[in-house]
Amino acid sequence: MTRNMITPAQNTWCPGCGNFSIQHTLKDILAGMEKEGRSLDDVVLVSGIGCHAKIADYLNINTVYTLHGRTIPVATGLKLANPDLTVICCAGDGDAYAEGLDHLIFAAKRNIDLTMIVHNNRVYGLTTGQYTPTSPLGFKGKSTPKGTAEYPFNPLELMLASGATYIARGYTRKQPQLGQLIRQGIAHKGFAFIDVLQICASFFNMTEYYQSRVYDLAGHNARDFGAACAKAREWDYNRDAPISLGVFYEQVFPTFNERAPARHISREERSHQIHDLFETAK
Amino acid sequence: MTELSVLVGGKAGDGISNAGAIIAQVFNHMGYFVYMYTDYPSLIRGGHNYALVRAADRPVGACNNHIDYLVALNQETIALHLPECPDCTVVANADLVKSLPRGQAISINSILKDETAPPITGNSAMIGAFAKAAGISWEVVEEVFHRHMQKAAGENLRVAKRAYDMVQTTRPIPAITGTAHSLLSGNEAIGLGLAAGGLDAYIAYPMTPSSTLLHFLAGNAERLGIRVIHPENEIAVILMGLGSAIAGAKTAIGTSGGGFCLMTEGLSFAGMAEIPIVIVVSQRTGPSTGLPTYTGQADLRFVLHAGQGEFPRLVAAPADPGEAYLWSAAAIRLAWKYQIPTFILADKTLSEGSYSVDPDRLTDLPASDPALWDGQGTYRRYLNAPEGISPLAFPGRKNATVKVNSYAHDEDGITTEEASLVAKMADKRARKGEALKGELDRLPCVSTGGRTDAPVALLCWGSAGNACSEVATDLGLRLIRPVVLSPFPDRQFADACTGVKHLIAVEENATGQLVSIVKEHGRNVDDGLFRYDGRPFTPEELRQRVQEVLRS
Repeated sequence: MTRNMITPAQNTWCPGCGNFSIQHTLKDILAGMEKEGRSLDDVVLVSGIGCHAKIADYLNINTVYTLHGRTIPVATGLKLANPDLTVICCAGDGDAYAEGLDHLIFAAKRNIDLTMIVHNNRVYGLTTGQYTPTSPLGFKGKSTPKGTAEYPFNPLELMLASGATYIARGYTRKQPQLGQLIRQGIAHKGFAFIDVLQICASFFNMTEYYQSRVYDLAGHNARDFGAACAKAREWDYNRDAPISLGVFYEQVFPTFNERAPARHISREERSHQIHDLFETAK
Repeated sequence: MTELSVLVGGKAGDGISNAGAIIAQVFNHMGYFVYMYTDYPSLIRGGHNYALVRAADRPVGACNNHIDYLVALNQETIALHLPECPDCTVVANADLVKSLPRGQAISINSILKDETAPPITGNSAMIGAFAKAAGISWEVVEEVFHRHMQKAAGENLRVAKRAYDMVQTTRPIPAITGTAHSLLSGNEAIGLGLAAGGLDAYIAYPMTPSSTLLHFLAGNAERLGIRVIHPENEIAVILMGLGSAIAGAKTAIGTSGGGFCLMTEGLSFAGMAEIPIVIVVSQRTGPSTGLPTYTGQADLRFVLHAGQGEFPRLVAAPADPGEAYLWSAAAIRLAWKYQIPTFILADKTLSEGSYSVDPDRLTDLPASDPALWDGQGTYRRYLNAPEGISPLAFPGRKNATVKVNSYAHDEDGITTEEASLVAKMADKRARKGEALKGELDRLPCVSTGGRTDAPVALLCWGSAGNACSEVATDLGLRLIRPVVLSPFPDRQFADACTGVKHLIAVEENATGQLVSIVKEHGRNVDDGLFRYDGRPFTPEELRQRVQEVLRS
């Protein structure tokens, strides 16, 4: 049975919001998976809190609408408890890079088999326009009316340093490529990180800026860590520079579940072991 | 009552707590009931450590100030403890104790040299010396070493025997009849109880005094078929725990007050999204970093109220490992039946103390299975069922779309801000609390002891119950101890208080947190005895203070 991929929930994203593009892309990917005979019952989408996160209400699949910054620990728990699940995180840049940065680094360090999609519009939308960790220096938001006094950090560099085994950057106005990057991320065994540049139609519309600077990574060897670092540094999310899109790094390493598999035992064996532990304490 | 106490003292890193554990097992194998308290500062090496072992012919769960045998590994132990015990029997390590007013001393170094044994076996010499001074038969020492020394029992026994043969018996321990029990710390009992309750995963970040639960379960993870994870911080601990539970794995997490502070957003998420999770909070002295390795009962109000918004929770505060085992198993079952967070509230005294437990006397608390989705029709995660308990399905279940949500949501799990729906779903969650209360009415939520018809009663909770129980028995008073603190067992508490004219609260906090709770439930407390210096009440001290109150 083909499922209706969209719930009856009313969509409240602003017209022109980059989230539509990500939702369409994901919807197409899911429909494709179903067509290939894969059951969507085994897919879980985990969202944070913010404009992006409404995707949990809109997509008619298993979802966990978590807390701000906490997609990864919840997703990690899901994957550890049931390794057969395909777990996809949708997080905002405030989620992934501010409130939940520690989890992001650790997910990469663990190489837990998840796909992390960061809806990076470089501004807080739902809280009506404050700077995020990837807003450029001097960004004038409601909490920094005179402009920020701090540089953004480069999430790709951060992920390279943290041990992510799939690192990509997409752009919401390059939907076919974005679809390919996400599909590849889902297929990747290990921690897949995709930074998605999207515009915020209400608070940080960067359409023109991105349109004139993005280009596709070609002839880049994604197995070469050094080359990946160099490419990731080309644009630092602050200074004016060409912005490359595509897979920066991809490597196969054992996942957390593979290195630390769970051992299941029967209820009887459990009781027996508990009895033994009481006995050895005598 | 026949009882005696042994203090083993030395510097941190000397293996004092292991030496105390072996002495506790020696008493255990002689048929005594045992309790061991360890006192140590928050550091790895240096500083003074001691283990206090109390053995008696009836169950004990607290130590007294009185010491019968002093085993001194260093001079500081003599300086600190000898003045406290003018009539105790002393065995000392002659290598480090240069000034010994009385007692017997042996040179560990020369024994090790003669036996060409490594320094790590040195404490066995002190155990051997103590055993002989106390007239304990060599066979008991041998049996305990073989059972409880993981490594090189033979080598340790040779060292112990040397010392045993060098010392005179000066104060023989009375022989009693009894069988050996299991000696368990509170944390070990919690771990075993969780396992018995069906635990699939335990997730924790190290924090004293909860860390030994993490160590115990990690050490036995394969054996018990439990996955044990130590993530980046306590925020990740609870969220990972919730993710694990959403996927259907029975999950528990553990921490102390400071770590629990970080868990409160996750706790509230569990309340709203109706995710079952067991949270073990072992209290230490606060506020803030406080005294990491000392005890306290100051987090009761915190655990009862933590998390924004209103949602039902179970809070059980066991007094001893037996109760900890039973309620930990029940905490899992009740969390899953009602899809709520459930707490085991312990403290350093219970978590790290060792107690005699008779496993044959542990009868499971009855609790029924969780409601699972029957696979019929369209799955609705938050179906507004009569008792508020929506049948569970986990992601991966065929034909179920499971939508879990931290926002106010409808029965399908889709965000809503509609007023009537918000109230309806709040009522649904509240009904689970009422159903839980009904079920708890059939479980022993208030423990009573002492002379149960006495007009004067001691009121306490958690591990303070052990000292209180002794004092109540000795003075002919009633003991009333709520084990469940949320939802508060009004009916059982009122029954326990029938005929009480004078209620004296005993708590290891400064403000009387249980006092204010029972007041909310309509019962006034006449007097309060509080201790908040990080040390547990001793029965001796408590008896004196109760008698002072009764005289005035």
